Amino acid sequence: MIAEHDIDATLEAYRGRGREALLPALWDVQIAQGSISPEHVHRISHILRVPEADIYGVIGFYTLFHDQPTGRRIIRVCTDPTCALVGADEVLQGLRDRLGLAGDGSTPDGEYTVEHTPCLGMCDYAPAALVSQRGEHDMALANVTADKLLDEWDGAYFTPAGDDESVLLDPSLMAAPQTLRDYGDYGALRRAIFEQSPEEVIAAVEASGLIGRGGAAFPTGLKWKFTRGAAGDVKYVVCNADESEPGTFKDRVLMEQRPHLLLEGMALAAYAVGTGKAYIFVRGEYPKATAILAGAIREAEAAGALGAGIMGSDFDLDIEIRRGAGAYICGEETALFEAIEGKRGFPRMKPPYPTTFGLFGAPTAVNNVETLCAIPGIVSQGADWFKSFGTAESAGTKLVSVSGHVRRPGVYEIQPGITLRSFLDETCQGVIGDLRTVLMGGAAGTFLLPDEIDVPLTFEDLRAAGSTFGSGAIMVFNWSTDLRDLLRRLGLFFQHESCGKCFPCQLGTQRQVEVLERLEAPRAGDRERLQDIGLTMTEASICGLGHTAAMAVLSALEKFPELFDAEE
Amino acid sequence: MSDDTINLTLDGKPVSVAKGATLLEAAREAGIDIPLICYHEATSPNGLCRVCVVDVDGGRVLQPACVAECSADTQVETRNARVERSRRTILEMLNASVNLEQAPEIQDMMADYSADEARFPGARRRESEVIDDNPFYVRDYEQCVLCWRCVQVCAEDAQFTFALTLKNRGHETSVATAFDISMTESPCVFCGQCVGVCPTGALKPKVEWGMEQGWSSEDLRRQTRRKRKKDAG
Repeated sequence: MIAEHDIDATLEAYRGRGREALLPALWDVQIAQGSISPEHVHRISHILRVPEADIYGVIGFYTLFHDQPTGRRIIRVCTDPTCALVGADEVLQGLRDRLGLAGDGSTPDGEYTVEHTPCLGMCDYAPAALVSQRGEHDMALANVTADKLLDEWDGAYFTPAGDDESVLLDPSLMAAPQTLRDYGDYGALRRAIFEQSPEEVIAAVEASGLIGRGGAAFPTGLKWKFTRGAAGDVKYVVCNADESEPGTFKDRVLMEQRPHLLLEGMALAAYAVGTGKAYIFVRGEYPKATAILAGAIREAEAAGALGAGIMGSDFDLDIEIRRGAGAYICGEETALFEAIEGKRGFPRMKPPYPTTFGLFGAPTAVNNVETLCAIPGIVSQGADWFKSFGTAESAGTKLVSVSGHVRRPGVYEIQPGITLRSFLDETCQGVIGDLRTVLMGGAAGTFLLPDEIDVPLTFEDLRAAGSTFGSGAIMVFNWSTDLRDLLRRLGLFFQHESCGKCFPCQLGTQRQVEVLERLEAPRAGDRERLQDIGLTMTEASICGLGHTAAMAVLSALEKFPELFDAEE
Repeated sequence: MSDDTINLTLDGKPVSVAKGATLLEAAREAGIDIPLICYHEATSPNGLCRVCVVDVDGGRVLQPACVAECSADTQVETRNARVERSRRTILEMLNASVNLEQAPEIQDMMADYSADEARFPGARRRESEVIDDNPFYVRDYEQCVLCWRCVQVCAEDAQFTFALTLKNRGHETSVATAFDISMTESPCVFCGQCVGVCPTGALKPKVEWGMEQGWSSEDLRRQTRRKRKKDAG
């Protein structure tokens, strides 16, 4: 915690570092002052030797940074689909009514700022809010109401209660993270360092068939092999913990429950690719996971499982946490690198790929949280053990985030191969009401109809069905759902989150939401407009955000053509 | 044929280019015209506008010709139905947000691709007042297509002045100074390079703008001269 008068000394500590310290420095000012003033920009500019205009541009890119004064308490209410189903708009309106605000904004007494925000990754405990109290750490709150946010808020973490089940997960860990003592002594890492060459670790990961869990499903072993084989003395491992796909919250649960599993996975990745430096980039909306990881790193360093000379070997590893600041695009791996480098989170053109030109231009293995959490098991129990779960093409267990109209929403660990129907009926204890549709894969996903849910939950079967596993988000909607409103919210999400770099996505996400906002009274030609906008974004954008920003809309055009006709 | 040469086909024509050549360079070699908005010889290419996209081997996504390198033995179609749809839609969407009246090259492209000027009724336009805050040039961001050239020449591509940045994101992005201070308060040295690379009427010499406004020659003289030090102090 940084008091306002300490901020100069805090910033002074960054002297000697360069632009890469920009996001940490801006966070210090944002937390201490509630906003970042021209004077602070001037000061940071001199300390880090970054132009003031560039710093201003960075502040404007990340929604959790403010360049105008805010209230002492900033309340951000999620209005994305799952929270909307359970009254997020009413929570927001309740706050505005009680505080006398007409829309997003601050109270004249400087006490409150109220805003709506995209998905906070708390869909299992919707509606959710992110609260920033001046001078203190931020908090993500579950099952909020306007009254609770204003009256009962006591500064403590709201601890969600639920029952998840597990190999990666452990239901007993809902209340508190697993400590190092309970986790164990990083036995897989010990075994790798003392008994295996880096090449052997990579071979085991390749043999396991593990494919990336972030959405792109790239083979992990191959990524590591490319990184290890790339020219260059300096290399990096980066954990992509910028989980921001609406409806996705599995990585949050993993980090909050099993931080040491992730850290050991990262250490194995670093050993395998040959680096002593790794970063975890956690989305700014996950303050609890960030604090837990920071504590776990200290714990592991004190025990000699991380840091210099791990377990008496000559393998060193420094793991640094970087906090994002509100930008879905930073889940795109190259945009994430730009954010760590202290820039606006614009995706880079590929090629070159991260394995040859990644963070700071060095070869980088960037992996999702869940992917890295699968590594210790593979190293300690072998590729065959890992392959004993799931199917040949979808090896291992897989986490899915379920939200919406099911009796038990939450994060589940499944064996790929189970059908979506039995997963919903049995594991999730059934759909509430009659099923209308499942949005599979998140906002950048596709709709499945009730007669399509016998599809087995595997990467290959979902692909064959024209759908996607994506980030593992499963959003369930019954007949009470207003699908036009759902599409409008998905459109607003992408409009808000497009970085603005390439024309197709910058303009297409805006043109798309304009049509989606008038679905109750569409204009002649709107269907064709959505087709052209969608296919242009899909085929001509720079990055994965633009490529998928119309996926749900194009899917709806096919599955629910009646939504796009004028109402009778 | 040496290892440094790549053979490919553009619109059915065989082309040989040096390894590392872009698809745009190959198209020029073959005498094929590729439309360009953000690309400029003097600035680092960022592949932003995507009107230069071409179809390589019917791939899942189209490739930006300005930056994508040629691959051996590929079949490139520079103007098929997919390419035309993307180019036309980008132009129509751009025209719905930005005032393109003073961008004749983009107007020609719109005609070439049969882009419908009224394709997106009710669209949100990027609106802003003309910024007249210095004696040398005016900024009319209603005409800005966000090609980034001005920001780039102000920074590492030429001048290393860093007066400009991009503000906000997505459709709300705009070119700005830090905290929107005036150009005279910013580090701007009035080199004029930004005005030189602007592809539309967004950045314009003040004399030209004043003449469009119908200023008298006396007005022009008064408005476009830097204040003498003795006047100021």
